[in-house]
Amino acid sequence: MRLVVDLNRCQGYAQCAFLAPDVFTMHGEESLLYNPQAPDDQHDNVVRAAHACPVRAILLDAVNGSLQPPEASGER
Amino acid sequence: MTQGILRQILDYSSRANPYPLYEELRKTPVFHDGDGPYVVSTYHEIKGLLHDPRISSDARNLTPTAGDPLSQADEGGSEVLPPSFLKLDPPDHDRLRRMTNRPFGPPHSPRRVEQMRGELGGIVTGLIDTIAAKGDPNRIDLVEEFSYPFPVTVICRLLGVPPEDEARFHVWADTLAASLDPDPDADPAERAKKTEGARMELGMYLAGLIEERRKNPTGDMLSELATGQGPDGTMSTMEVLSTAALLLIAGHETTVNLITNGMLTLLRNPEHLDRLRSDPDVAVPMVEELLRFEPPVQLLPQRSTLTDIEVAGVTIPKGSSLWLILASGNRDPKRFEDPDRFDPDRPDVQHLGLGSGIHSCFGAPLARLEAALALSELARRLENPRLLEDPPPYRQNAVLRGPRHLPVAVDGIRAA
Amino acid sequence: MNGDGALEQLKREGRIVVVGASLAGLRAAETLREKGFAGELTMIGDEPYEPYDRPPLSKQVLLGMATADGTALPRRRDIDAKWRLGVPASGLDMAARRVRMADGDEVEYDRLLIATGVRARAWPNPDEAALDGVFVLRTRGDAAALERALAAGPGRVLVIGAGFTGSEIASACRERGLAVTVAERADAPLVGALGGVIGAVAAEMHRENGVDLRTGIMVTSLEGDSSGRVRAAHLSDGTTLEAEVVVVSLGAQRNTEWLTGSGLGAGPRGIACDAGCRAFDIWGIVTDDIYVAGDVARSPHALFGYQFLSLEHWGNAVAQAETAAHNMLSRSADRRPHLWVPAFWSSQFGVNIKSVGVPSMGTEIVITQGSRAERRFVGVYGYQGRVIGAVTFDQCRWLDFYEQQIERTAPFPPPYPTVDRRPEGERPLDADFPDPSVPTHGPTITLSGYSPADRRMTFTPAHN
Repeated sequence: MRLVVDLNRCQGYAQCAFLAPDVFTMHGEESLLYNPQAPDDQHDNVVRAAHACPVRAILLDAVNGSLQPPEASGER
Repeated sequence: MTQGILRQILDYSSRANPYPLYEELRKTPVFHDGDGPYVVSTYHEIKGLLHDPRISSDARNLTPTAGDPLSQADEGGSEVLPPSFLKLDPPDHDRLRRMTNRPFGPPHSPRRVEQMRGELGGIVTGLIDTIAAKGDPNRIDLVEEFSYPFPVTVICRLLGVPPEDEARFHVWADTLAASLDPDPDADPAERAKKTEGARMELGMYLAGLIEERRKNPTGDMLSELATGQGPDGTMSTMEVLSTAALLLIAGHETTVNLITNGMLTLLRNPEHLDRLRSDPDVAVPMVEELLRFEPPVQLLPQRSTLTDIEVAGVTIPKGSSLWLILASGNRDPKRFEDPDRFDPDRPDVQHLGLGSGIHSCFGAPLARLEAALALSELARRLENPRLLEDPPPYRQNAVLRGPRHLPVAVDGIRAA
Repeated sequence: MNGDGALEQLKREGRIVVVGASLAGLRAAETLREKGFAGELTMIGDEPYEPYDRPPLSKQVLLGMATADGTALPRRRDIDAKWRLGVPASGLDMAARRVRMADGDEVEYDRLLIATGVRARAWPNPDEAALDGVFVLRTRGDAAALERALAAGPGRVLVIGAGFTGSEIASACRERGLAVTVAERADAPLVGALGGVIGAVAAEMHRENGVDLRTGIMVTSLEGDSSGRVRAAHLSDGTTLEAEVVVVSLGAQRNTEWLTGSGLGAGPRGIACDAGCRAFDIWGIVTDDIYVAGDVARSPHALFGYQFLSLEHWGNAVAQAETAAHNMLSRSADRRPHLWVPAFWSSQFGVNIKSVGVPSMGTEIVITQGSRAERRFVGVYGYQGRVIGAVTFDQCRWLDFYEQQIERTAPFPPPYPTVDRRPEGERPLDADFPDPSVPTHGPTITLSGYSPADRRMTFTPAHN
């Protein structure tokens, strides 16, 4: 599944890295690195990670995936 | 508006539903009366202050005033121990939090929490099995029998408390928790003595365990805290003690309330309970909405200003005590549409339930996991659960707010 | 004339063409559909791939955590577009409202969005640039090729240019255990974007992590062996450096050449547009059917003296695309300005660098929190007594506050104490940006005066 993280929004709370450590990893204290093409077996973990992101920075594919991703809010 | 509203919020009679008072409070985003605290209740202002470097969490910067009824509030820490990172500013806060994070989360321990998933599931199953075996289906107290023991057990496993000592640990945790929730009819001196006793015993026990782990590290969090060799060095025994106490107290009460508030909300909204039963994946967004709708920490009463600052047109003088009413910000209609509706499908749920900024909840990933597992398993296994009292009896505490008991009746309990 | 009727007709059955099928183009297309555009949508892209994300290319991909072909952008929604990928646009006929394609085809539009972005600046000597082992890094293909070269375990990598991309490449090389030399013309890495005070911190980070950083130096030529493989670089100090891989990281050039002669206000500095993303023609007259978004756009910004701001920033591409799409389908009274506060991030040597505002406008800097020696700090830039930008090294949770300070044009130097103000933060320092008249590849933000195009214009009075 395709995903992208808005790293302007990201503040390194690392909730995604706790929930889906095979897709999201912290590089140092607050840099997030992630695999933009997560393996299919990581689907559930990635969806959980997107929901748990405190700043709603994770955008999941709305076209290929069946699940509605949480939309980034209008708030900056 | 008078200072009466703060007293009303703290008054026990408001505990079951403080939200109308918060609504009243939001009419004055920065409320201040007499020598009381500056109370901030609107979302954007709270959010701004949580990221404002002119705001201190260090109690030493706070001038206690007679008008601040929570300025002396003791959140379960001890005067004997050095302050935990919760009550420190950078750089000390950052250093201790980094050191605590090293054995807990990424980048150094990215899988510690994930690997506990199975174990947590086992604890949940065990607790529900016990209710099935011993409980009275016509009256189960979900607090006593489930949400209370669950997080303490989890913290024991995380820290590495040997299984044979868990029972003792539960007794101490219960006593300390009770100190946060004073029974107005009890003798305060007697209670203080009991609390101090539990604190001492727990401290001695942990100190002994820390010494043991220093000699023979076993890979658990306490061992890692005691022996870890990161770029920030190793924690002193006192620092490990105060950190372990923080994890126990802050990680316990909040999770109890999150789970209990969650079950209460679901029992009041049975369609969501049904949905969770048929689709356990919904638990994750549901927990986020719960953190908005009924946050376990209602307000942060311990912050202070390092300088005069202007918030929503009000100048808050240097040294003032600030209360940030997270639970009110979470219901701010300027931020959330239809805020008093519980809606797990809300696409935009950037709640303040776990704080934000550098002091955002350290145990958040664990709390999220515990709550999601607990709620989905309770939804799956309890047959036709009904609330026996609505509202249920609440605990005294206005900050760490949640039901003291949650009596429910069920038709039965499904097999694990 | 009924303007609303025309707008409704455009929404129902109009033709919108988006030139540039990357982040800005995709997000604009999605926004158009979200806003109810039901007509024909054509996406033109010179690369053969569907839209992909570039930031991972210099980080995750070079570290082997992700693959270059696994960077396709997730879609917010189906855009039901006609895709014309792998063929660049080669010209624009503004009068006939037609985009010419390199294969000779023509595509007609009612509204046009130009989001052709930038490309990597090539090594100036084409023969040397063509040597095996010489790379740039901008596209998926570039990243895949460079990753393969790094995986082969070269004896030494030379990175020419220590801007953000060059520094990230060097960081990835070190993480892979490769010997790497960075040659930078300025006195330190990142100086174009963040100035010399922060550049000095960046230089220390390079060296602590084992990078052979050489500053104040230029690579004068590259030398190949008999089989056409690069083997060495010659430096302006007279030395020769052997390297099996050379990455040219000299910044970006805007993709505007295809518009030459079209009459649109396009030049090497980008395409000038108004705050509503409408492109200017060469006379400085705003068009009403051509919009611009992303790295190729330059637009005036109220917070920065209405100077034209061009940003090579991910977040700007998204925000500007959304605004452009909204305005394309709106009556003039409903249009919105693009007032995004510049923000970017970089991840290098395990440190998260984030910035808001326009640091390069700053003349002074003060460290308001933390310490440079610890690599954890907030630096605030001042310009004419106000806060104009901020940078954080591993302190990003404070950045929202400083963004508000910029938006409120708060006074500089910041007079207040903070939770972590150190003695080194007591007084402002010269931010130490290089002389703006000396060309630098460093900044990802460029400010320029009011000039719709960079070409010379002669004013010819109309006959009447």
